[in-house]
Amino acid sequence: MPDRREIDIEVMRYNPETDSEPHMQTFRVPFDEDTSVLMGLQYIKDHLDGSLTFRWSCRMAVCGSCGKMVNGVPKLSCKAFLRAYYPGKLRIEPLEHFPIVRDLAVDQTDFLEKLEAVKPWIIRKEEKPLSEGTYLQTPEEMADYQQFSSCINCLLCYSACPQYGLDNAFTGPAALSLLHRYNADSRDEGKSERMPLVNSEEGVWGCTLVGYCSEVCPKQVDPAAAVNRNKVNSTMDYFLRFLTPRGGVDS
Amino acid sequence: MKRMKRSNEPIFWSLFGAGGVVASMVAPALVFITGLALPLGLLAPEALGYERMRALVGSLPGALLLFVVISLTLWHTMHRINHSLHDVGINAGLAGKVVFYGLAFVGTVATAYFLFVARR
Ligand code: SF4
Ligand code: FES
Repeated sequence: MPDRREIDIEVMRYNPETDSEPHMQTFRVPFDEDTSVLMGLQYIKDHLDGSLTFRWSCRMAVCGSCGKMVNGVPKLSCKAFLRAYYPGKLRIEPLEHFPIVRDLAVDQTDFLEKLEAVKPWIIRKEEKPLSEGTYLQTPEEMADYQQFSSCINCLLCYSACPQYGLDNAFTGPAALSLLHRYNADSRDEGKSERMPLVNSEEGVWGCTLVGYCSEVCPKQVDPAAAVNRNKVNSTMDYFLRFLTPRGGVDS
Repeated sequence: MKRMKRSNEPIFWSLFGAGGVVASMVAPALVFITGLALPLGLLAPEALGYERMRALVGSLPGALLLFVVISLTLWHTMHRINHSLHDVGINAGLAGKVVFYGLAFVGTVATAYFLFVARR
């Protein structure tokens, strides 16, 4: 006997062209053991209301585009399952702390600007010529940054971060983790270009170590650890600049 | 991304961190000694008697120890309160810094005064 239970999914709707504010709409959706929250939303779109708007792509926790608030908790909707909420119901809202474009789709522009600002690529003072071969790295050197390279830019951590919610000038968990990912890479020489951002109020000092970002991260990036490590780096930079001629990086 | 001014937070964060070490390592022992061991009679009442306390404060190492414990835990506490206010949505900004770090500063100066100047 196939398992055919039904669950109520309450979805936030907002169409900026016709609505003055968002409202909730409830749909009844059949599900079984394998139905993800994302599949529940797709069922609504395919069978109940084709105008429901939300983002997804990979359906396997890789692309980072399907983040939603599920019962108030930031989740990848492809990695959360309806069975976990049964016999209760689900309340699905767009990711918190971002402007809504329509229904469950949010505007990520602010994050994308922050991502660019941390220069998330390997910076070399001078590229070595191809003839000299590849840049070598030991397993230890790779371990220094690998965890922070797993970020899929899903923005769950930004929805979890109360500081970003209070003041979105804060660079935020994922962008700072990616900043650290490159600063901690033995092949990179761009630290001095990134430190002014780390050292600023909008950099690591906007964080008060709430730690919820690391809890909700679906990729075990542990952004709180990256930010805190850079509080140490920024503190050293702050005091060492008085001691060494080129120790600190002035803003 | 426009502002990017160097934050002076490293000063307060360092004091906060040092105070955290003191608060987590020394404070529990002090709470145990003064709050439990003594009232429960695990320690003789004279152990923290006036004469011995007086001698502790009177010696330079003793006074230094007390100074470190009192001032750093103060900085730790004030920093935490200041940031927790922000966490609950009260953005005290510069005023918060002035009030809380000001209190820690006054406490530090007062402690130094009583331990190093007023004692004879
Ligand atoms: S750090 Fe984690 S929660 Fe934040 S964007 Fe990256 S993968 Fe998502
Ligand atoms: S659809 Fe790609 S992460 Fe969920």
